[in-house]
Amino acid sequence: MSILIKNGRVIDPASETDRVADVLIVEGKVAAVAPDLSSPGARIVDATGMIVAPGFIDMHVHLREPGFEHAETIESGSRAAAAGGFTSICAMPNTKPVNDSATVTSYVVERARRKAVVNVFPIGAITKGSAGEELAAIGAMKAAGAVAISDDGQPVMNSRVMRRAMEFARSYGLPVIDHCEDLNLSAGGDMHEGAKSVRWGLRGIPAASEDIMVARDLLLAELTGARCHVAHISTRNAVAMVEHARRNGIAATCEATPHHFTLSDEDMAAYDSSYKMKPPLRSPGDRAAVLDGIARGAVTAIATDHAPHPGSEKMQEFERCPFGIIGLETALALALEELVRPGRITLRRMIEMFTTGPESVMRLSRGTLAPGAAGDVTVFSTELEWKYDVNQSFSASRNSPFDGRTFRGGPVATVVGGEMVWSREERST
Amino acid sequence: MPAGLLGIEELDRAEIEGLLARAKDFQPMQSQSRKKLDTLRGYMIVNLFYEASTRTRTSFEIAAKRLGADAVSITASGSSVTKGESLVDTLNTLAAMRPDAIVMRHAASGAPHFLARHLPTPIINAGDGTHEHPTQALLDARTILDHRPSLEGLRVAIIGDIAHSRVARSNVHLLAKFGAEIVLCGPASLLPVELARLAPGVRLTNDIREAIQDADVIMMLRVQLERQHEASFPASEYFRFYGLRLEHLDLAKPDAIVMHPGPINRGRELSSEVADFQRSVILNQVENGIAVRMAVLEKVIG
Repeated sequence: MSILIKNGRVIDPASETDRVADVLIVEGKVAAVAPDLSSPGARIVDATGMIVAPGFIDMHVHLREPGFEHAETIESGSRAAAAGGFTSICAMPNTKPVNDSATVTSYVVERARRKAVVNVFPIGAITKGSAGEELAAIGAMKAAGAVAISDDGQPVMNSRVMRRAMEFARSYGLPVIDHCEDLNLSAGGDMHEGAKSVRWGLRGIPAASEDIMVARDLLLAELTGARCHVAHISTRNAVAMVEHARRNGIAATCEATPHHFTLSDEDMAAYDSSYKMKPPLRSPGDRAAVLDGIARGAVTAIATDHAPHPGSEKMQEFERCPFGIIGLETALALALEELVRPGRITLRRMIEMFTTGPESVMRLSRGTLAPGAAGDVTVFSTELEWKYDVNQSFSASRNSPFDGRTFRGGPVATVVGGEMVWSREERST
Repeated sequence: MPAGLLGIEELDRAEIEGLLARAKDFQPMQSQSRKKLDTLRGYMIVNLFYEASTRTRTSFEIAAKRLGADAVSITASGSSVTKGESLVDTLNTLAAMRPDAIVMRHAASGAPHFLARHLPTPIINAGDGTHEHPTQALLDARTILDHRPSLEGLRVAIIGDIAHSRVARSNVHLLAKFGAEIVLCGPASLLPVELARLAPGVRLTNDIREAIQDADVIMMLRVQLERQHEASFPASEYFRFYGLRLEHLDLAKPDAIVMHPGPINRGRELSSEVADFQRSVILNQVENGIAVRMAVLEKVIG
């Protein structure tokens, strides 16, 4: 079975390609990128007027399986990914049980092979149970398919444990995906500490709780030589510190989420848990610093931190609601709207942030349309007008602050390993 | 959203003036022997208190009864709350019994705002977490106006645990709308700098003497030990630096009044002598609480 994507503007930063051409995929691999290709028997996709890019990678999602299947499953999360133009997603380990062993890693890999419509790459825990004390079986998880380690959401507070984790990660060639939060400083907080939290009488999470841990872990990365990737960066100081560290030769990278570059605490609807996540929506100044960091190339990747929670958990007093929002289906549209259209970055740079950027950290052998590469393709439009209706989401959860928003530009078709797994016309296959 | 009363912030000056004027009409009833009207006869009010409260709950009950309404009070202990029912389910159940208003106190900031988005019944906020306590601010304004012709240009010092105080927030919003000058005072750990942006005319100080200087009104706040999740200020030092004593009163205007939302802790936020001081209007506040809540219930239901 082969697929021929015709007449799109092919932008593949990895191979320095930007021209109108056809993309032919045969037996799951890119066979050719050239004008006027033909392939008898191939499925034809007309991409006239569309952008054809290497399949997008989301290096930070929560699929909730095993353990929280009422919020999301590997299948439902992968379908939401496909509808968002993502062909590869990296699954955080805070499941139940925590992915802290080869057994759980293998389970995720196996479930994904049977149920997922996109590529799923597990991320292993840093410590057993993500409890922050005893290191998890990092080498065994890597052998079972883990591509990184992280205690996302339950950051390692003990600096000595983090140091050892980085040393092991370096030995195995894995990056450490770092959720930076000083839990003592952020304890009890529900939103960014600032004028809004004081006005609403909600306990604050100061920017310093993020900055302190970014500083610590960049220093530990220098000490150990490990690759340290700061997840969901949200503060002015954190962006500056990562940039500074990288200039000094430390293997430091970071990602920004669409919600952090789109919204600030000033945009929150009062006590609406669709705006509650960690790190919280920061001040307008922090958001501007993240946008500047993206414009300067200081931010390596766009990642969603897709974090499903069922309605029953989000329908509570704000302080009792769990942290996190879904984001797979709106990421590309928000990047076009907030980054490309205002001229902060080029379309090509945006595609890098969804492909070669995350690839440089996670090393999945993805993110290019060079001949022989995996046949993963994201077809999208920069002009298409559409409205996001969260009740139509493929995700099993509905927690999004972008419900009802009208977008210009968004995914049109998603091809994984030469198979069309989603298209806007067909909604689902 | 049904028309309840969630906070002072979203009210305009005319609405507040209307409520304060109506409360003044109700004041003489306090000294009558037979105190019951039939304005709200046949109406049902549910008082739902998720936090312990003596004066506010009793005050709302009496206000409802004086207007001729039927009032049912529910406290969180001994209800389905302790059986694990969610807030929204409890409120849906109560709303299905068709009360005309729900008066609600809750430890979570924004709990009544969240419910108001999902329920058809008007909700009156009787205090939500560390956010607002609108009827307290109204009764405080009513009390000040019993001693001063207007709020405009008054210098009001609010002293104590501002960070955790819904009374302070509601008072700041109300007083600012009338052009009062507001000084908030407390130790830095209980006085976040962003409070200065809460409303126009707000100033912050960590020095109680500076706060009281030339004040027309001194509002003392209770130290909310139950809302402090860690030691924000050493309890043993509190009275020494932030407790109100008689000698402080010399700094204020000669006819300054002293207020406190209660319950007072003698020897913690104010000395016993100040509590019994002739210009302390703490019991007037309690009395005005009923009149103000009658005005609020009448407006919301009537």
